[in-house]
Order: sequence, then C-alpha cells, then structure tokens
Amino acid sequence: MSLIKNFSAASAALLGGCVLMSENIISLKNISVSFDGEVVLDKLNLDIKDGAFVTLLGPSGCGKTTTLRIIGGFQEPDSGDVFFGSERINDLPAHKRKLNTVFQRYALFPHLNVYENIAFGMRIQKKSESEIRAKVDEMLKLVSLEGFEKRRTSTLSGGQQQRVAIARALANDPRVLLLDEPLGALDLKLRQEMQVELKRIQSRLGITFVYVTHDQEEALSMSDTIVVMNHGVIQQIGSPIDIYNEPENGFVADFIGESNIVDGIMHADCDVEFCNTRFECVDTGFAKDEEVDVVIRPEDIVVVPKEESGLRGTVTSVTFKGVHYEMYVDVPGEEEEWIIQSTVAQEEGKEIGMTVDPENIHIMKKYTGDYASDIEFA
Amino acid sequence: MKKDSLIASPFMLWVLIFTIIPLGMVCWYAFTDASGAFTLANIETIGTYWVYLKDSLVMGAVATLLCLVLGYPVAYIMSRASWGAQQTMMMLLMLPQWMNFLLRTYSWMTILENNGLINTLLGKIGIGPFQMINTKGAIILGMVYNFLPYMILPIYSVMEKIHESLFEAARDLGANRYNTLLRVVMPLSLPGVITGITMVFVPSVSTFVISQMLGGGRNMLIGDVIERLFVGAAPNYNVGAALSLVLMVLILISMAIMKKFDDGEETGGLMM
Ligand SMILES: Nc1ncnc2c1ncn2[C@@H]1O[C@H](COP(=O)(O)OP(=O)(O)O)[C@@H](O)[C@H]1O
Ligand SMILES: [Mg+2]
Repeated sequence: MSLIKNFSAASAALLGGCVLMSENIISLKNISVSFDGEVVLDKLNLDIKDGAFVTLLGPSGCGKTTTLRIIGGFQEPDSGDVFFGSERINDLPAHKRKLNTVFQRYALFPHLNVYENIAFGMRIQKKSESEIRAKVDEMLKLVSLEGFEKRRTSTLSGGQQQRVAIARALANDPRVLLLDEPLGALDLKLRQEMQVELKRIQSRLGITFVYVTHDQEEALSMSDTIVVMNHGVIQQIGSPIDIYNEPENGFVADFIGESNIVDGIMHADCDVEFCNTRFECVDTGFAKDEEVDVVIRPEDIVVVPKEESGLRGTVTSVTFKGVHYEMYVDVPGEEEEWIIQSTVAQEEGKEIGMTVDPENIHIMKKYTGDYASDIEFA
Repeated sequence: MKKDSLIASPFMLWVLIFTIIPLGMVCWYAFTDASGAFTLANIETIGTYWVYLKDSLVMGAVATLLCLVLGYPVAYIMSRASWGAQQTMMMLLMLPQWMNFLLRTYSWMTILENNGLINTLLGKIGIGPFQMINTKGAIILGMVYNFLPYMILPIYSVMEKIHESLFEAARDLGANRYNTLLRVVMPLSLPGVITGITMVFVPSVSTFVISQMLGGGRNMLIGDVIERLFVGAAPNYNVGAALSLVLMVLILISMAIMKKFDDGEETGGLMM
C-alpha cells in the first residue's frame, strides 16, 4: 500500500515536472543511416515529448530497431543529430546515456539470478547493498515477481523473463525507456496482459516510453503518439485516433487496419468519383481532377437496397467474427473485392448497394509504393 | 533402456580396451613386487621421488598460469572479431600444431642455445651470452609454447557463444568495457577457463620430452623419472606404475577442485 503511495507520489512529481517542461526529451534531426549502400533511415526527424508513450510502428525492416539503437547509442547515424533535452548526445557513449533498453530477446545475464540481474546497473554505480535491496524489492513488486529473487533466469517463462528485463531497465531510474518489440515472443493472451501492465507501469512512473512494434492493434491500444514508418521514412505522426481516423496516406490506412483503398478522381473540393460513382466528401485542397487514393474503413460502409446507391456489388462471402460479420463484396470493374463489417449479415450471392457518409471517405495523395507487398513483410 | 545399452556397447568396448585394461595393469604393477606378490613398497618410494613430483606440479602450474594470462586476451579478441578474422586467427593458431611436436621443441633448442639464435643476436649488440637452454625457464617456455592453443581454444569457444546482445545490455546498464569484462565476460567464460586449465595442466605436469630437450637432463620432472623406470637402463615397471598412479591421483584431485570451483560459481548467485 505504502509502495503504491510512493509510486503515485513519484509519478505526481514527475508529472508535475512534465507539465512544467512538457518539452522534447529526445529529438532526432535529419538522421540518415545506410547499411552496405542501402538507405535504412532517410533524413528522419522525430520529437519525443517528455513523459509520453510513443510507439514506432511499421512493417518489419522499416528501420524501427535502427531508430531505437540510435537513441540508445548502439548505432551511429551517418548524418544528423540526436538530442537528449537540449544536449546533443551523438558522441555520448551508450553507457553514459540516461536511458535504458528492454531488448527484443530480453538479453538477461544467464550467470546471474533475478536479483543480480536487476541489481546489475546499481552495482556498477556502486550503490550500497541496502539501497540495492530496496530498489530490487520495489522493482519486483512493480512487475509482480515478488519471491523470484533467487531464481535463475533460465528457469523463468518467457513472460517472467520479460518482466525481469523491464525491472532491470527501470531499476536505474531512466528518464526514457526504450522497448524493442518486447512482447513479440509471447502468446496472444500473455501479450494482452503485458500490454495493460506496461501501460500501467508507464503511467505510474511517468517516464517516457519509446516502444517499437509491428502490431498495429498493440500500437493503437497503448500509445499516446504513434509514429508510422515505412522504408526508413516516417509516414505519419499522431495520436491513435488521428492515425486511425485521418490516415495521411494509403500506406498508413492499410497498415493501421483493414481498409478499402480504391482509385479516385477529385473533381472539386468535397466532390470525388470512384467506382464510376460521384460521392460527397469533406476533403479539400486537391487540384482539379487530381488522381487520388480513396480509403474507406470496412465498418464505415452502410449496406442499403441496391436501388438506393450507385455503388453496387455482389456478396461473395460472409464470416462471423464475434461482434460483427465480415463480408466480401465483388464490385464490378474493381480489381479487389471490397470488405465490409456490419452487425447485420447479408446473404451470399445477393446484390447490395453501399453508401458512405461524407466524413468517412478519406482522400489521400497517391501513394507510389505497393501497399500489399510493403505490408506483407510485417 | 535396452536400446540405450545396445548403442552404448561399442563405447563400453572401447573403454574396456583402452581404459579399464591398461589401468588395471598399472594397478597390478603398482601393488606387486617382481615376484608378483602384493606390496605397498612401490607406493612408499614416492618419498624418494617427491622432489621431482613437486617440481613437476610447480612448473606445470606456472606454465598453466602463463598460458591463461597469454591465452585469455587472445581468446577474447578472437571471439569478438569478424567471422573472417576469426578464421584467420584460428588458422594462425593451428598452423604450428601441424608441425611435429618434437621438431617444434627442437627448434626452440637452436633458438635458446648458448651459441643459438638469441645469444648470437644479443652478442652483436654486445650483451650476453645468457644461459637459457637447460633451465627451468626454458622448460616452462616449451610447455607454454606447445600447450597454449589448448588454453585458447576452449575459452574462445565459450566466449564466442556469448551473444552480442549481452554486451549491449551491459553497456545499456552503464557498464564500460572494463565492467563488461569483469561482470559479464569473465563469469560466462569460466567453464572454458576450467577446461583450458585442465587441458594445459595435465600434459604439462606429465611431460618428459620437453624437459629432456630444453632442460638438458639437469631438471628432471616426474615424467622423466617414470619414463626411465620403464625404458631406462635399469627398468622397474612396479615403481614406474606406482609413480604413474600417484601422479594420476594428484591430477584427478586438482581437477576435482577446479570442478568444484566451477559448480560453486554456477549456483552461487547473491554476491553480498
Ligand atoms: N547491422 C546491420 N547491417 C546491415 N544491415 C542492417 C543492419 N541492421 C539493420 N539492417 C537492415 O536495415 C533495415 C532495417 O532494419 P531494422 O531497423 O532492424 O528494421 P525493423 O526493426 O523495423 O524490423 C533492414 O533491411 C535490415 O536488414
Ligand atoms: Mg526490429
């Protein structure tokens, strides 16, 4: 009980600090990295607010780990600057940076037990035994591993090892915690539990989390800010709701959730044509008759009798998904089938009409890549 | 169970032919006299030979220590080098081993002799000559030179398996190079060190060729004594077998102590 009080006091203090500062704790300016002539990060700019839960999201190989390693000091950028607060830390070696990492494969020390793993950083700082003991106890409580002090790390389950890795990193009171796909090796149920727990730890301690994942649901449910990356370029930075509702391009839309992405032509402000049908939308600022990507979420499509809409198709399959039905609809003239989510099932083979509210039609600049193949790597 | 013993049987046969029978014969000779009657007299002669035994143990220990001091950094550097560099270094390490053991040791004689390579070179700049051949130092040098790879290889093979992420984790937690070496590399390489020590100490303690070639017969080791008792002018298999047995027991004891040390490290966690 007193511990919880301590935590809330500590986090209140930190949060207080945040409110005062509310400034960037980490800034990446024009960071570029190439490996063997291949550009992995291309003039990346990223500001991370103090106390935020920021997630780097993108398909495998898009440069998330490399970005994290640059912040941690394990990778030198070819060009660009790394700032910690207002201090440029390009030349500060990893062991002197005030941040800690939870590695993808935990990287626990196999020759040390749980207690000594967590104490590792404090032993290097030559803290007193009583101080170390108190901190290790506090950390074990934080990650719910009381009583595991003397266990060898090899006897722990994946989830328990993950908790030790988190405790070990947090025991050094970092101002920023870097986490590289920390839940990637866990099964679904454990992963969901750990997501909740990590979020709880972050809000309790009030420190900045920079979290890497290729799992969009994980990113949406945990983050304050999501940074969507592809091919070493940031596609969009925003809150989960912004990213989901206002994806900036087709890649983000497709990566963040299942979407229908079709070619369209913007005839005028708020006037778009796709599938040979004119629709009212809310987007403005495109050139006259500019070719665009139109993104529509499966749940935003309203099924109506076929006479009531110019956009028609034939239902080819219906699958019950628990809360809703997922239906595929073959629209004449479209390469790919449309996907619809609705709580009302339609008959397979039936011809239906579809409408979309203007605010649910998202118009984007043409994305030149190939979403499907970009995302397949994820 | 049956299947296991079937698979194991060729191994058991091997053990019987090459281990049990020879060991039985050594024991037989050690505890009998010339007429074949049981006696402890052979074992008791150890008092006479104690000097040689002690010299062997001390010189073997010094050689092992030197191999460790020289070999550990080499193993570390090798294990952290790029794959190509590791292959090259391994090659350079093994290359001399492909040459005959006697030849390698003989070449050290010509280097260390009173009018050998080193003394000739030193003479050119007006120092020396130094007595190098036929000293304990020369014997230890021979041991180190011949057995160094057996120290490096087991340490290297353990170190090479230490994943790069552990080095990064240590750095992440504030450890500089020195701390990483002390708190991660050394404890994790301990099993390799134990194996290396065993693999150098055992042949060093029981060698006789090196001491004969580089010690000039003036610095006899227990290996020389045993050799003479078997193939010398006045052979005595019984005493020779008894000394071999004593040496073996001493080596087994030192290995057991090393093993204890290793196990202790593995289970003891809290360093407080
Ligand atoms: N040390 C390295 N040497 C060569 N290529 C690398 C290295 N590290 C990463 N890469 C390459 O850089 C790209 C981005 O890698 P990474 O940052 O690990 O992506 P992510 O974490 O998003 O999956 C990949 O194509 C990967 O193969
Ligand atoms: Mg990665």
